[in-house]
Amino acid sequence: MSPVPITTEPVKTFKINGQDVSARETESILQAARAHNIDIPTLCHLEGLSSTGACRLCMVEIKGSNKLFPACVTRVQEGIEVMTHSERLVKYRRMLMELIFSERNHVCAVCVVNGHCELQSTAQKLGMDHVRYPYLNPQLEVDASHERYAVDHNRCILCTRCVRVCDEIETAHTWDVMGRGIGSKVITDFNQPWGESETCTRCGKCVNVCPTGALFEKGKSVAEMAKQRQFLPYLVSRREAMIE
Amino acid sequence: MSERNKPRFATLWLDGCSGCHMSFLDMDEWLLDLAGQVEVVYSPLVDTKAFPENVDITLIEGGVASHEDIEKLLKIRARTKTLIAFGDCAVTANVPAMRNPFGLEAVMKQVYLDSDAIQPQVPNLIVPQLLDRVVPVHRIVKVDVYIPGCPPSARTIKAVVGELLAGRQPDVMALTRFGA
Ligand code: SF4
Ligand code: SF4
Ligand code: SF4
Ligand code: FES
Repeated sequence: MSPVPITTEPVKTFKINGQDVSARETESILQAARAHNIDIPTLCHLEGLSSTGACRLCMVEIKGSNKLFPACVTRVQEGIEVMTHSERLVKYRRMLMELIFSERNHVCAVCVVNGHCELQSTAQKLGMDHVRYPYLNPQLEVDASHERYAVDHNRCILCTRCVRVCDEIETAHTWDVMGRGIGSKVITDFNQPWGESETCTRCGKCVNVCPTGALFEKGKSVAEMAKQRQFLPYLVSRREAMIE
Repeated sequence: MSERNKPRFATLWLDGCSGCHMSFLDMDEWLLDLAGQVEVVYSPLVDTKAFPENVDITLIEGGVASHEDIEKLLKIRARTKTLIAFGDCAVTANVPAMRNPFGLEAVMKQVYLDSDAIQPQVPNLIVPQLLDRVVPVHRIVKVDVYIPGCPPSARTIKAVVGELLAGRQPDVMALTRFGA
């Protein structure tokens, strides 16, 4: 364990759901909430990677503003009053989940991560018992050209965790996002088959941070793919120790 | 209680694999309890030809895949008080909807013409006409209760049906999830 550095960083005091909380000024509302055991649902956020605000599931309200703030990329401020589960937020989160499920093809019963999927468990936690929007059922590809891994775009929620871990931790930057809006997709190198990528080191980090069945190890069948994330906090703490 | 005052109970399957009904049968001895509490008026498990009037609870397994499915559903909805989408195929269209991205024509061609059939032809007489896309039950009629799961476990079905018979709203998502 690396020693906890003594910080002189200013501390902010504010409220979450009426509870008094404090956090260092560089922390996000999400970090502060988690430090106080207040649950805010997230999908794109992963401790150890940068935050991007891609999924919007962590939206919170701040008293006095009509806007919604993504808690993972909003810094704490002195005296603010944060609400994490207002009626409006609960409604919007449920809508967001339904939109994610309607946009691509999710068939949990035959999915490689059935029972180990963050999207699936989050949907259950948010009480999503059906999807009110029509399923778009797009025709999307599965790229199985890599010798060890495959990407199934049917299950991708565009959270960009793969992009960030490959860039920030493995520093290979094999992944990126191409296109706009609903037509976006994750690509390897210059939209080449993954198996032909010259930058991929075959480390498997992207596969293990992916919250869904979009990235998986070849040879795994239905419900067999559980993700291993232990490497991430370890690598991050080693790196921080080196910088200090 | 006389047979006349018992809740009238029905089950039906559309485009499903019958797995949800198998899970229903898995309730084992509770089926005897249930049989005492309700009158089973229609089901693939009993021998009744027409869907009756005044049904209290109907469990629907399967997605909606054909014009015939739509007709059945409209009739059943009009005759049922509490309609339950029973299992992932009914709730999301699930596995039957895996043909949707390819379009009906391509799928029929693949199955009936491009396979090694002796007489390659797409069946179009007598059999129900398929919809271009398989859809969940709630896209056609109003659904009152959703039970995700592929199939929902016997425990889940028992808990949900038990709560409804007791006149309470079940907290279904505390019991099951998609793909369960
Ligand atoms: S990725 Fe998750 S939510 Fe999507 S089909 Fe697979 S298990 Fe279900
Ligand atoms: S396996 Fe490693 S190097 Fe290859 S794309 Fe994934 S994270 Fe990047
Ligand atoms: S492949 Fe997985 S990690 Fe990458 S964007 Fe899609 S869901 Fe997220
Ligand atoms: S977790 Fe904050 S936007 Fe996704």
